[in-house]
Amino acid sequence: MTAPYADQFAAYAANGGSEGPSWLPTLRKHAFDRFAAIGFPTTRDEDWHFTSVTPIAERTFKAIKPAPTTLTLSDLEPWLVDDSWHRLVFVNGRLEPTLSSFSELPAEVQVSTLSEALREEPEWVRQHLGTLAKFDRAAFTALNTAFMQDGVVVRVPKGEVVETPLHILHVCDALAQGGAIHPRLLVVAEALSQLTLVESYAAIGTPSYLVNAVAEVSVGSGARLDHYKIQRESTDAYHVGTVQVTQGRDSIYHSFSFAAGAALSRTNVYTKLLGTGGEARLNGLYVLDGAQHADHQTYVEHLAESCASRELYKGILDGASHGVFNGKVLVDPVAQKTDGKQTNKALLLSEKARVDTKPQLEIFADDVKCTHGATIGRLEELPLFYLKSRGIGAENARALLTYAFAAEVLETIEIDPLRTALETDIFERFTHLRLE
Amino acid sequence: MSAEGGRLEVNDSLLFDASSIAPASQWPSSFILKPSSAVMMLKITDLHASAGTKEILKGISLTINPGEVHAIMGPNGSGKSTLAQVIAGHPGYEVTSGTIEYEGEDLLDMDAEIRAQAGVFLAFQYPVEIPGVTNAYFLRAAYNELRKARGEEEVDPIEFLDIMEEKLALVEMDSTMMQRSVNAGFSGGEKKRNEILQMAVLEPKLAVLDETDSGLDIDALRIVAEGVNKLRRKDRSTIVVTHYQRLLNYIVPDYVHVLAAGRIVRSGGKELALELEAKGYDWLLEPVGV
Repeated sequence: MTAPYADQFAAYAANGGSEGPSWLPTLRKHAFDRFAAIGFPTTRDEDWHFTSVTPIAERTFKAIKPAPTTLTLSDLEPWLVDDSWHRLVFVNGRLEPTLSSFSELPAEVQVSTLSEALREEPEWVRQHLGTLAKFDRAAFTALNTAFMQDGVVVRVPKGEVVETPLHILHVCDALAQGGAIHPRLLVVAEALSQLTLVESYAAIGTPSYLVNAVAEVSVGSGARLDHYKIQRESTDAYHVGTVQVTQGRDSIYHSFSFAAGAALSRTNVYTKLLGTGGEARLNGLYVLDGAQHADHQTYVEHLAESCASRELYKGILDGASHGVFNGKVLVDPVAQKTDGKQTNKALLLSEKARVDTKPQLEIFADDVKCTHGATIGRLEELPLFYLKSRGIGAENARALLTYAFAAEVLETIEIDPLRTALETDIFERFTHLRLE
Repeated sequence: MSAEGGRLEVNDSLLFDASSIAPASQWPSSFILKPSSAVMMLKITDLHASAGTKEILKGISLTINPGEVHAIMGPNGSGKSTLAQVIAGHPGYEVTSGTIEYEGEDLLDMDAEIRAQAGVFLAFQYPVEIPGVTNAYFLRAAYNELRKARGEEEVDPIEFLDIMEEKLALVEMDSTMMQRSVNAGFSGGEKKRNEILQMAVLEPKLAVLDETDSGLDIDALRIVAEGVNKLRRKDRSTIVVTHYQRLLNYIVPDYVHVLAAGRIVRSGGKELALELEAKGYDWLLEPVGV
């Protein structure tokens, strides 16, 4: 099933894929060979036990012919959230400068395409690209590395605090039909810097395509990165995304992952706490219906003393949808005074919806506090009765409680316009009412 | 206020503000008085109810007229909270026999939300926390559902804020309470005040207070009781379920009923509560063998 991609890779290597400094085609080749060797994961792989990627593996997604888009800003309105944000807009995998707006960023902050960064600072890129997102045992990351096109490189220098969020918006339309997009993101937040990053994926219509995204993120000592990922792909599309983070001393990495789109999605958020006193907060909400399948995997590696990790993932499942949550926490022998908490809750709205959840704690230090809890259930009788006893009809009562279930995790979003947008989205989805 | 005033009060209850009266064709059926039953707000006849296989109410009969305050007292496990919850339509109980008529209608035939829309209100003994939904949204949603059921226009958030100002004052709550999630992280006293606030907003015809005094300190008890008293009206009936006589110093009942082992073992005037305070429940329990 990897064979069709060999021809594509040969073609790409001969055209475009060979560009850049000499180490880059070597990296691509190495990555592709690895992909060909290990192939797409199967449900026999422990990490993919509940998610079959057969629908992706048995199709051959082709490179999308680059073409300037005819979309305008008003077409993107539903996903812009806030006009004042710095934004990079990609349509069908191609950066659209006329739809983007990031000239207001502080001059010290570097935001560029991968090819620009390779031209201007090849050595710096080499030191980072591909060093965090390992592909030895990760087929999709290998595939991304082999085929990555115009990625985004963000470098926030030491001590720089960026107040306004940076939004990277990927939109697909009918021209993406049958195609594969491999977005690549490299973020380096140097010591004591701060940045809020919003990564969104959306579609116009319901084309079927594959987005295979990889983000490599380095959060330096005392730095803080807030990273929001909003996945609203076409419901006929496939989305695989991996975020690989390393955190320095006293750093803070907050991740929020929202998933409501795609026929099948897999979101990996992996962080390594390498320095004392680091904090990782990984939250997420997935909302599924029909035959949708969404799989979230988190992996927090406590590799230093006195770090804290907090995870809250929630899922709302209707129809015959299937949710998977696998939360792994590793506490290294050196990571004394670790404080870890993981919570995973799923709400089933229908008989056919299904959730598989698997917390995995591997603790090798003795002075640690680690807890995890998982609940899967339906709406409770008593709150329903409470609302009904106030005159609220059964249907609205259920809708309100479904919204309330989501609200607990949406409340953790610290950017007001984004939180409001998602709250409104969820509220209207379930209640068919207006949230003022 | 008392039984002999019943006939008069029916007439009083018909004195609506004329401007708020919808054409008769739009009246819910519960608005249209029926000759024989119109006098009664609530008529419970030989009510039996179970939780699972356990029978809790074993033949309750009770009649409540408009404007009356009835206290239901009794030891723990006597079934008094069950009675309150059965009236409100709690799904955890099954009525196995008997009837409840509410303004002449079959109450047991109505879903919980229909009962509320028809004017039945239960102040919960343990108010439910709903994190994520603000008190403001919840109260307005409930208020508008009741308005819709009466064929009235819904109110918008701004209009509702005005309405709330007066209601909040009634239970000595400030408006920051409105932006907090329903009962989430509320103290015991705040939860109970929030129940009375809801009652003030929804203006029921029949209010059932289920152990509203439990867990309250004396100040909170006073605020809650004063709130209830301010809401007393000639056309509003109240059932006060309580274990202790203390609350009845503030909310003075017209009648007191003592429940034991699922039956009413004694009914009397307000002086019965004082007698219970002095003598406890035991002297009433022996004759029924509990």
